[in-house]
Amino acid sequence: MPLPGAKRWLILGIALAVIVSYFSPQFNRYYLGVAIDVGIAIILATSLNLINGHTGQFSLGHAGFMAVGGYFSAWISLNIGATANAFWYFPLALTAGGLLAAFVGLLVGVPSLRLRGDYLAIVTLGFGEIIRVFAQNTEAIGAASGLKGIPKLTNLGWTFGFAAVTIYAISALVNSTYGRAFIAVHDDEIAAESNGIDTTRTKVIAFVTGAFFSGIAGGLYAHHKQFLSPTGFDWVKSIDIVVMVILGGMGRTVGVIVAAILLTLMPQFLSDFLEYRMIVYSLLIILLMLWCPAGLFSLIPKRRKS
Amino acid sequence: MDWLFQQTINGLGLGAIYALIALGYTMVYGVLRFINFAHSDVLMLGAFSAYYIAPKIEKMCGNQSVLGCIMVSIIVAAICACIGMTIERLAYRPLRNRPKLTVLITAIGVSLLIQYTAQNEKVIGATQLPFPQLLPEKAFQFGKIVISSNDVLTICVTIVLLIVMWFIVQKTRVGTAMRAVSFNQQAALLMGVPVNRIISFTFGLGSALAAIAGILYAMKSPSIEPLMGTQPGLKAFIAAVLGGIGNLPGAVLGGVLLGMLDAFAGGIPGLSSYRDAIAFGILILILLLKPAGLLGRSTIEKV
Repeated sequence: MPLPGAKRWLILGIALAVIVSYFSPQFNRYYLGVAIDVGIAIILATSLNLINGHTGQFSLGHAGFMAVGGYFSAWISLNIGATANAFWYFPLALTAGGLLAAFVGLLVGVPSLRLRGDYLAIVTLGFGEIIRVFAQNTEAIGAASGLKGIPKLTNLGWTFGFAAVTIYAISALVNSTYGRAFIAVHDDEIAAESNGIDTTRTKVIAFVTGAFFSGIAGGLYAHHKQFLSPTGFDWVKSIDIVVMVILGGMGRTVGVIVAAILLTLMPQFLSDFLEYRMIVYSLLIILLMLWCPAGLFSLIPKRRKS
Repeated sequence: MDWLFQQTINGLGLGAIYALIALGYTMVYGVLRFINFAHSDVLMLGAFSAYYIAPKIEKMCGNQSVLGCIMVSIIVAAICACIGMTIERLAYRPLRNRPKLTVLITAIGVSLLIQYTAQNEKVIGATQLPFPQLLPEKAFQFGKIVISSNDVLTICVTIVLLIVMWFIVQKTRVGTAMRAVSFNQQAALLMGVPVNRIISFTFGLGSALAAIAGILYAMKSPSIEPLMGTQPGLKAFIAAVLGGIGNLPGAVLGGVLLGMLDAFAGGIPGLSSYRDAIAFGILILILLLKPAGLLGRSTIEKV
């Protein structure tokens, strides 16, 4: 059930994003960049949370969808965008990137989601590799040297606007009668199936929706960094997002958002941390799974919505 | 024609290694029903143990001697068996009755932990190290076809290990217990099978196979590095699924097929950079058309 409260938050979030973005030229450029990174991380983590958290599947290919969306929208910007009205074509380019990512998600998801969970992990892992190979060998998107000169169109407004839309869309989806199917599939697939839920369909919808928002995040990222390289979307990037979701607690939207913010800010302030980042992340994954599978913020009780 | 023979032989050599790794995946999947992501990292640890142990053994047994090579293999297999059992004891056993997803995530965590700890400058470092030659390498020439002694060795070792595995699983008490655990863990427990010990043993066996595969793989490619296990690991996983995961002959069949594919795709210019993509394309096709694999039987999950 889409709560009126959730809608209020959505409008408030977008309004805040627009206002802050209006004043953003006065901010320090470095902090502005970090803030946009945080916004993109929130979109990525929230959308992965729909797949890995709410629906209980396990995707390791989120960076791959991000790459699809990023490359496609950047390609649009470079080839068509120069002549168009800069303000309106940008969200359209982002949406186009998201749609292509969703379509690719459909292609990857349908065969693997019919089966048990572990297949999805491997297939998405392999999918990320395939994307990298294609990006490296396709001249139209810069091949191995990367895609350069993407116009800088991402700003705080668009980033947090899309972040607000993502959070709203996914929480509204999960809390709708329709979206209860995700949680049912997460809790017990066999029981869900015997209650008349088409589990494959439900899983595919969650996967495709997640891929769509990931593609949008990729577009924002492309127009923020102004440069895309095939190696930037390897599986370390996917693991980054997975850690945000696990740390925040799978299926806990607020926790995941907090984790996305924390994990994006941490490397900025602890420069020594980079060297040990992946070791710490992997230890965190193991220890959290052993002792606290509901995430670090599981002390905050999950709000019941009736 | 020569080209066809040459690629077939290269493919068999590579396929034998994939088959050895795939056996480890399939055995663990058989008893625990989950993919041991850390398997490919055990392979890497095997290659590195051989790298550090080989010079010491060579001092005792002489340079590039058969005895030395066998001793290195046995010691490394034992080390990796211990590593595999330790991973199972510390990371997987406490999660035995938890949701499958939790175990899967932990397995990925273990794999990342091993990879990135090894990559750290203070442990091994991300640089490539030259793997020592354990045996003198010869190339046999038949007309235009070149057969390297490494490929012959790999294929022979794989066949011997396959027979040993088949014997252990089909003819021994432990093997019977393994099959019982794989068939129904709870019923096996009620029949007095020490399930924990059997699972531990399976991990040890699979990891020992990974160690041997690691040595063979390292001998084939001249250098080793902490991420060396990822590529063959993924291929072997595809091989296991292709043949039907949980099915031992299937793993071998899948491994050989994947090795052939690698060799033939690698031999055609223009296609070689896409061969990983082709392998994953095959995985997706198999999942779509015959999810139980070529030799597997499809089962319906019952409540």
